[in-house]
Amino acid sequence: MSGTFVGMPAFPKAARDAVRDETLRGNLRHATHTIRDKRATAVAELADWQELREAGRRIKDHTLRHLDRYLVQLEESVTAAGGIVHWAADADEANRIVGELVKATGESEVVKVKSMATQEIGLNEALAAEGIHAYETDLAELIVQLGDDRPSHILVPAIHRNRGEIRDIFREKMASWGRPAPDGLTEEPADLAEAARLHLREKFLRAKVAISGANFMVAETGTLVVFESEGNGRMCLTLPETLISVVGIEKVVPTWQDLEVFLQTLPRSSTAERMNPYTSMWTGTTDGDGPRTFHLVLLDNGRTDALADDIGRQALRCIRCSACLNVCPVYERAGGHAYGSVYPGPIGAILTPQLRGTTSEIDASLPYASSLCGACYEVCPVAIDIPEVLVHLREKVAEQGGPGHRLEKAAMKAASWVMDHPAVMAAGERAALRTRALHPKRPPGAGAWTESRDLPELPEEPFRDWWRKNRT
Amino acid sequence: MSARDRILARVRAAVDGAPEAPPAARDYLTSHTPDDPAALLDLLHENLADYRALVHRTDPAGVGPLIGRLLGARGSASVLAPAGLPPEWLAHTTCVRVEDTPDATAAELDAVDSVVTGCALAIAETGTLVLDAGPDQGRRRITLVPDHHICVVRIPHQLVASVPQAMLRLDPRRPLTWISGPSATSDIELDRVEGVHGPRTLEVVLVGE
Ligand code: SF4
Repeated sequence: MSGTFVGMPAFPKAARDAVRDETLRGNLRHATHTIRDKRATAVAELADWQELREAGRRIKDHTLRHLDRYLVQLEESVTAAGGIVHWAADADEANRIVGELVKATGESEVVKVKSMATQEIGLNEALAAEGIHAYETDLAELIVQLGDDRPSHILVPAIHRNRGEIRDIFREKMASWGRPAPDGLTEEPADLAEAARLHLREKFLRAKVAISGANFMVAETGTLVVFESEGNGRMCLTLPETLISVVGIEKVVPTWQDLEVFLQTLPRSSTAERMNPYTSMWTGTTDGDGPRTFHLVLLDNGRTDALADDIGRQALRCIRCSACLNVCPVYERAGGHAYGSVYPGPIGAILTPQLRGTTSEIDASLPYASSLCGACYEVCPVAIDIPEVLVHLREKVAEQGGPGHRLEKAAMKAASWVMDHPAVMAAGERAALRTRALHPKRPPGAGAWTESRDLPELPEEPFRDWWRKNRT
Repeated sequence: MSARDRILARVRAAVDGAPEAPPAARDYLTSHTPDDPAALLDLLHENLADYRALVHRTDPAGVGPLIGRLLGARGSASVLAPAGLPPEWLAHTTCVRVEDTPDATAAELDAVDSVVTGCALAIAETGTLVLDAGPDQGRRRITLVPDHHICVVRIPHQLVASVPQAMLRLDPRRPLTWISGPSATSDIELDRVEGVHGPRTLEVVLVGE
């Protein structure tokens, strides 16, 4: 993964700073609670939610099991439809390919659709080093980019910013990136959105090259799919002459019909809507409509390492809906930045250490950045058993660090951070019982630290449940 | 070894010996709505309105006059129309008609006030219009750049209940745009704001046939 987060402190230090920031915590609490309540309503509308969830899980598991076959089929379909397929084993290779493709167009500016894969590989920074300006066009990404900040949530990357902060960023920074913010800009969301519209429209109308990710790719037809709300995605996908899509190899699904499952589960899990305002699907190029040249860059960058882990590979089912972030008591308090990667929250805690390995302190601490409450598993539309993977990764971290080892220390600090936050633990108690057999009695790698401080044993029944049942 | 071969070899090694994973069962519902055309139409109307599209109903003879009124009420001076739009739909407006041509620049499209199109189909359960660049819909960008989009849906044959029913009828080789309400963002404290980059006003004309 990219160097964007190099030098990040391990989870507990970053989380401690975040918890001290009252504005940040207030913004986060409001946002996560709002989305999760709405999500529950949107999901309840579908009587077959569990069947859809199971179908989604199985489609993804089947694809991953035969990933070689589906990738080759995808390559054939995209090529037959007029696209050009490239393969990138790691971030450097992907960045080099994209940089060369952009340079070949003679352009030095590109517009971008929000994409986690390109954040993961640090594409904007790599392009900047080649003299190419990459403009983020999603409103939240624009806020992050102008604020010289990092995204803190998968779906709403600027969730940690409130309207006053956003207005200040626009006023101070828009002018140096293009059209300045209008005079007298207020902090009304409608005014802020209008300022972004004017600022970005300039860029859309002149852009010759766009870079996107994709939510899904269909092996059978070569179709790529992008879900979005604002129309910035449509602008990037249809106005420029050249479109370059950088997509993780795990995003392929076998058939056109498979999309019907995710078209139902992704919007409801993500923005809690029946359907997001815009979904674009394109298959290669179409004469006279949209980009004349379409490049697909298939990205590995650690995904095959995750695939090789028989418990951990389920993380590759993730459709990046962000539902697990919104229910996570640890995320709610620590915020997205504490996870030190573009993938925050519960999914980040299992995906990042698999993609990057656990040789750094931040990555070794991530599997401990959880109360194992199981809420993330309950909401996940592809049924990823995140607690199971966390426990599995803890074992791996424990194996590599001996007593007093720096990675063990990072892990212990993350675990103690969670234990020192009673509200986080309380949220964790109940569901943790279900994974009781998996909990180590002592923190792994029992060193000096653990002698003075055993992990508390989990009670048979959380106190509050007992109280509710027995008080009458 | 090329990156392609390296990645494929790594994939094969990674899943070597993994248990077989059969394709998914499709025991989810193909529709969540009773099979009643009138109820389906009401559901579409309700769900479109829920996402702040402005919904109108009329019959085939009423489409032209209605579109004329909508363009007039908006104060539009120019209207973009794909080549295959039924001529009677624009028979009651004095707006300057702008054709959808491949060489029009984005800046030219940006100067147009409104766009009128048909659609491939509409999905009642989600309040979604799907456009497939057919003759009465034109290029993808024309329903994106102007700030006002009027979309005509012919009932009942363009109306389906659900996403699975829509998938059966769509051709993935065509570029597809799924539209559920006007452009919107919730990026600022999760307050929904209509119209960031796409049309800020979406009007849907439901035509009973
Ligand atoms: S792990 Fe599941 S809930 Fe979390 S973002 Fe991925 S798909 Fe959504």
